[in-house]
Amino acid sequence: MAATAPAERPSFVVDEELHVSKVTFWTRLRRHKLAIIGMIVLVLMVLAAVFAGQLAPIDPNAIDNVHWQGTPLPPCFQDASQCGGHILGTDEVGRDLLSRLLFGARISLTVGLSAVLMEVFIGTILGAISGYYGGWIDYAIMRVTDVFLSIPLLPLLLVLTAIVAASSTKASLSFGVIVLIIGALSWPTVARLVRASFLSLREREFAEAARALGNSDRRIIFRHLLPNAVAPIVVQATLDVAGVIITESTLSFLGLGIQPPTASWGNMLANAQSNLSIAWWAAVFPGLCILVTVLSINYMGDGLRDALDPNMR
Amino acid sequence: MFTYVLRRTLQAIPLLIAISIILYGILYNMPGGPLAPYLQNPHITPADIARLKHNLGMDQPVPVQYVKWLGHILTGDMGYSTSNSEPVFQAIVERIPATLELMGTSFVFSVVIGITAGIISAVYRYSFVDYFITTLAFFGQSMPVFWFALMMQLAFAVHGIPLPFGYQIQLPSAGISSGDNFDFGDRLAHLVLPVIVLSLLSLALYSRFMRSSLLEVLGTDYMRTAAAKGLNFRTILFKHGLKNALIPVVTILALSLPGILGGAIITETIFAWPGTGRLFYNALGQSDIALLMGVLIMLAFLVVFSNLLADVLYAWLDPRVKYD
Repeated sequence: MAATAPAERPSFVVDEELHVSKVTFWTRLRRHKLAIIGMIVLVLMVLAAVFAGQLAPIDPNAIDNVHWQGTPLPPCFQDASQCGGHILGTDEVGRDLLSRLLFGARISLTVGLSAVLMEVFIGTILGAISGYYGGWIDYAIMRVTDVFLSIPLLPLLLVLTAIVAASSTKASLSFGVIVLIIGALSWPTVARLVRASFLSLREREFAEAARALGNSDRRIIFRHLLPNAVAPIVVQATLDVAGVIITESTLSFLGLGIQPPTASWGNMLANAQSNLSIAWWAAVFPGLCILVTVLSINYMGDGLRDALDPNMR
Repeated sequence: MFTYVLRRTLQAIPLLIAISIILYGILYNMPGGPLAPYLQNPHITPADIARLKHNLGMDQPVPVQYVKWLGHILTGDMGYSTSNSEPVFQAIVERIPATLELMGTSFVFSVVIGITAGIISAVYRYSFVDYFITTLAFFGQSMPVFWFALMMQLAFAVHGIPLPFGYQIQLPSAGISSGDNFDFGDRLAHLVLPVIVLSLLSLALYSRFMRSSLLEVLGTDYMRTAAAKGLNFRTILFKHGLKNALIPVVTILALSLPGILGGAIITETIFAWPGTGRLFYNALGQSDIALLMGVLIMLAFLVVFSNLLADVLYAWLDPRVKYD
C-alpha cells in the first residue's frame, strides 16, 4: 500500500483510473444521490437486523393463541378491531409478521454477507495466483473457472440443497450449509476480475521494485498488488450480496433454503401463494423487504462503481 | 470463418466433458445416490438393493460407471426417471414444446420492448423518459422473480384490476388450459402473466445494455462525421448508429438464453406451467437423480452453446474483429 499512495501519483500515469484518491471518491459518491439513499436504507436494515431482538414486538416463532382463529390476522391499518395488536398482521399460523420480518432480515443479510465473504476469499486467492504466476497454473485455474461458469448456478444450487435435504433430515439444511454451497459456487467471477487486475499490476514498476527488493511472492501479492486491485472486487462483492440475497430467498421460497420455523424473507413467502386470496399482507411485506434491500445494495454498488472508477463498465 | 467456428466448437468439447464429470461426481456420489427413492421403500429389501446396484452397474468403480454413463448419454439414453416412470430423454422431450412456447414468447417480447426502450433511453439521454426507463430497469434487475410472480397473481388473478366502463382484467394464474379444442384466445390469456414474469429480468438487461451501447456509439467520431455530412438524425441513428450499437447487444441476447431457462424453472413452478422447468422442480423433491442430471446437462450444453453462438455472432457481425 505504501508504495502506491494514490494521491501522490502524477496525473499523467496511464492507468490512473485504477486509483482514486479519497477526496474524489467521496465527492463522486455524494453526487450519486440514489447510492446515498441506498446506503442509508441499508444501514437502517442492518440496524433493524442487529437489534431485531429489541425491536420485535413479540417472539417471531410465537403463535398468538388469543386472537388467531385459524385464518391470518390482518394488519392493524386495515382492520384495527381484528388485528389483535399485530401491526403488520400475522401469517397463516398466527405468528407476528413484523417480528418475523425483523428476524428474517438477520438471516437474509447474514447469508448474503457470509456467502460473499467466502466467494471473495476463494476468488481473490485463485485469481491472484492465476494472474501473478501466469503459465500453466494460470491455464489450469482459468479452465476450472470456465467449467464452473458454464454450470447454471441456480439449478445446481437447487439440486445440491435438495440432495442435502433428502439425504438426512430437513434440518440439516442449516444456515451454514446454504452459505457454504452458495459461496463455494460463486467465486469464478471474482477470480476472473482479480486475475485481470493482477495481469496488468504485476508488470508495473512498483511490482518490479518490490521484487528487486527481494520480497517474497506472498508479500508482493498481498501487500503490494492486492491493495491496488481492491476497487473492482469491492464493487463486484457489493452487487453479489444483492444476488445472494435473491438466491437465498428463492431457495427458501421453494423450500430448499433456510428451514422453518426460522424466519427468512424467502421462506415466509413459501405459503403465501396458497393464501394469496385471504392474506395479501403475508405475500407483500416479505417480498417488499427483499426488493428494497436488493435495490438499495444495487444502487450503492452502482454508485461505488462510478465513484471508484467511471471507466470500469 | 469456418475454421474459427470449427476451432471454437472443438474447444467446447473438453469443456462439456469436464462439466459432465463434475456434475456426475456430485450427483451420483451423494448419499443414497440414484437409488435413494428405493431406500425409503419398506418393501424393498437390502438384497433387492444389492441386485439393483449390480444390474445398474453401480458396484463397479466410479470412473467405469462414468464412462458407461457418458456412452449412454451420447446415444441419447439419459437413464430412467424414477419419479415419472419413463426414460429421462422422453420425459424432457415431451415437455420441451411448452417451455419453448413460454420462452420463445418471452424472448421475442423482451427483445422488442427492451431494445426499443434502450434506444429511446439513449436518444433522449437525461430526459424524464430516460430516467423513467432506467429506474424501471433497475427495479427489474433487483426484483426477486418469484415474488414478482406472486404480485402479478395477486393483482391480476386473485383480485382483478378494475378498468373503466365496467371491464376488469382477470387473468388465469395457472398453466396451459386443458381441454381438447384449441382456443387461441384462451391460450394467449394463459400466457400473459408467465410471459411478463419471465421477461422482466431480460427486459431490464436488454434495455440497459442497448442504452449504454448506443450511447457509446453516439459519441464516436464517425457519428460526428455523419452529422457533419448533413445527414438527418433518423438516417444517422438507424444506418450508422444502430448498426454498430446492436453488435454487442446481439451477443448479450445469446448469452442470456441460459438465464431465461433458469428463470423458467421458477416461473413454470409458480404458474403450474407443464414444461421442463416444472419437471425439474418436481424431480428435486423425488431425488430423481437421472432426470435432474439430464436437465442439468442440457442446461450446461445450452450455456456452452450460447457462449459459442455469442462469439461467432460477434465475429460475424463486426468486420473489425479478427477471428483467427
